[in-house]
Amino acid sequence: MATASPTSLESAPRILRLVSECSRSRARAGELRLPHGRVATPVFMPVGTQATMKGITAEQLDALGCRICLGNTYHLGLRPGPELIQKAHGLHGFMNWPHNLLTDSGGFQMVSLVSLSEVTEEGVRFRSPFNGDETLLSPERSVEIQNALGSDIIMQLDDVVSSTVTGPRVEEAMYRSIRWLDRCIAAHQQPEKQNLFAIIQGGLDADLRATCLEEMTKRDVPGFAIGGLSGGESKDQFWRMVVLSTSRLPKDKPRYLMGVGYATDLVVCVALGCDMFDCVFPTRTARFGSALVPTGNLQLKKRQFQKDFRSIDPECACPTCQKHSRAFLHALLHSDNTAALHHLTVHNIAYQLQLMGTIRTSIMEKRFPDFVRDFMRTMYGDPTLYPTWATEALASVGITLS
Amino acid sequence: MTASRFMAIQQALQPDWFQCLSDGEASCAEPTSIKRARKSVDRSLLFLDHCLRLQEESEVLQKSTIIGVIEGGDVLEERLRSARETAKRPVGGFLLDGFQGNPATLETRLNLLSSVTAELPEDKPRLISGVGRPDEVLECIERGVDLFESFFPYQVTERGCALTFSFDYQPNPEETLLQQNGTQEEIKCVDQTKKIKTTSCNQEMTSFEINLKEKKYQEDFDPLVRGCSCYCCENHTRAYIHHLLVTSELLAGVLLMIHNFEHYFGFFHSIREALKSDRLALLKELIRRQAS
Repeated sequence: MATASPTSLESAPRILRLVSECSRSRARAGELRLPHGRVATPVFMPVGTQATMKGITAEQLDALGCRICLGNTYHLGLRPGPELIQKAHGLHGFMNWPHNLLTDSGGFQMVSLVSLSEVTEEGVRFRSPFNGDETLLSPERSVEIQNALGSDIIMQLDDVVSSTVTGPRVEEAMYRSIRWLDRCIAAHQQPEKQNLFAIIQGGLDADLRATCLEEMTKRDVPGFAIGGLSGGESKDQFWRMVVLSTSRLPKDKPRYLMGVGYATDLVVCVALGCDMFDCVFPTRTARFGSALVPTGNLQLKKRQFQKDFRSIDPECACPTCQKHSRAFLHALLHSDNTAALHHLTVHNIAYQLQLMGTIRTSIMEKRFPDFVRDFMRTMYGDPTLYPTWATEALASVGITLS
Repeated sequence: MTASRFMAIQQALQPDWFQCLSDGEASCAEPTSIKRARKSVDRSLLFLDHCLRLQEESEVLQKSTIIGVIEGGDVLEERLRSARETAKRPVGGFLLDGFQGNPATLETRLNLLSSVTAELPEDKPRLISGVGRPDEVLECIERGVDLFESFFPYQVTERGCALTFSFDYQPNPEETLLQQNGTQEEIKCVDQTKKIKTTSCNQEMTSFEINLKEKKYQEDFDPLVRGCSCYCCENHTRAYIHHLLVTSELLAGVLLMIHNFEHYFGFFHSIREALKSDRLALLKELIRRQAS
């Protein structure tokens, strides 16, 4: 195995300031200091894949309190391309977003679009779905594109395998991800402006993950992501890998758990020590007419909402809940007007951000465990209905659900 | 749909103004038979009288105003009869139905329009449906129409276009035209294609707009319209809108609609200003130069 110099990056900035820690669990409240402003943690980052948040404006997103969201390097790298975005003063300038942006590396598409790609040590070869052109996404190219995009946090290119894959491929991918991390670090042109995060791989194998953690934490990057999870694996395996990861990651750097977005998962994984999350779920489910609420979700297309004149959630402060009723949204969903999708997207993002806000407040007020118990009771009702994995995961960090 | 059913719906909706139920069939068939036109006028008056009676009996609808509908197809006598008779009723305004269609038919109908509005009281508003192109709007205003619908900016949005026509009637309209539409070459292009583009249907792109899907906007970092103060123009570029359209993103329609409404409302603002200062002719000339 070739050893690239792991410290070719100068001592990485400490971008996370911890404000409060739960005395029972591993939950932390903090503040990220990024080039485009401060971000309170724990934080949920909505996904705006193609330089837009699925129908809602930058102004609306700002008004909801969002201070960091995601852009996708794979998509933007193809359309409109890094050269154009650079001319537009980076992704911030192109979409006119004044706050922070995190771009992923394009690696996840390896898993989701695997029929169109081939992985070698060099990188990932894609065939463009638009013009059939072949492109090589190497660690260097990924960082180059992300440098052009100018996002505040950039992700290393990792060799992603689905969490359902077993055997030597997982090990190969883990070691390759370490090598690719070093190549990304070496290729990174703007360490002062953009924070390069490593991504811990190793699948569902504790030994492999432990090895990856040991190696990657030797590299002085500003933050770490926990990758390779949130695929098709069982929740039981999932939480154990998260706990293993947070126990080996440095306390003073942010932990970004990729692809996690269901409310219960967010609450549990905050307890397990994660600070940052992203998921397409809330925005995607909105476009199917589903509104997120503390008790789960409301399928507003259903008949039962036809004459329900209450707002989605009386406790929610978002514009949709301030102005519109379930009945109105139901009617809109049954018309050819797409307005309901926008209203629901606004609400679901608000729900996620408000949830993180209440989590954070409870940590700061030293009552996070009680918050967790209330949350679970509201979401599931009867303790016998609590998901076993959640109960066990929480117990592992000292939170018992009665 | 009977008058009773219709009024029951109005009672539920509680509108401030509502267009009365009418028979507009005569305008759909071309050419209109006199018999059919007569029938549409008779029926519409019957509906109106019935609805007025029902309104009197309804407490809920006391605050609502009925708009009488002028029918009669393309038959002058029937149009005049419809206008005179409707004007006798206690309606709050008049809707001129059946003037929608393509630019060719509008021309012949404009004469009809003048005759009709001449029969209507000065102090009640005249609405028209189906007219939205800036040049056609001005023609109708000159013939006494006051209110128009906003489907035109919506249609422009739906085809991924943005309204860019100038309504800034300065003493030197040529200069303003250049400012709004960009370069000299673009103007020449418009003139040349004037003859080629014979729009027989209002759904096709007009010369009052630009198509953001075109490749030339890929790297255009100007706003849709320089000087426009809408949210889209203050915050975004043509290049960004182009990207959103190419990637089929929902935000494209949101931003374009915001701009197109603002632009269209701005046009109407300029019409009101022009009328107040007696400069409608200047505005009309400016718009005419931009029509294809």
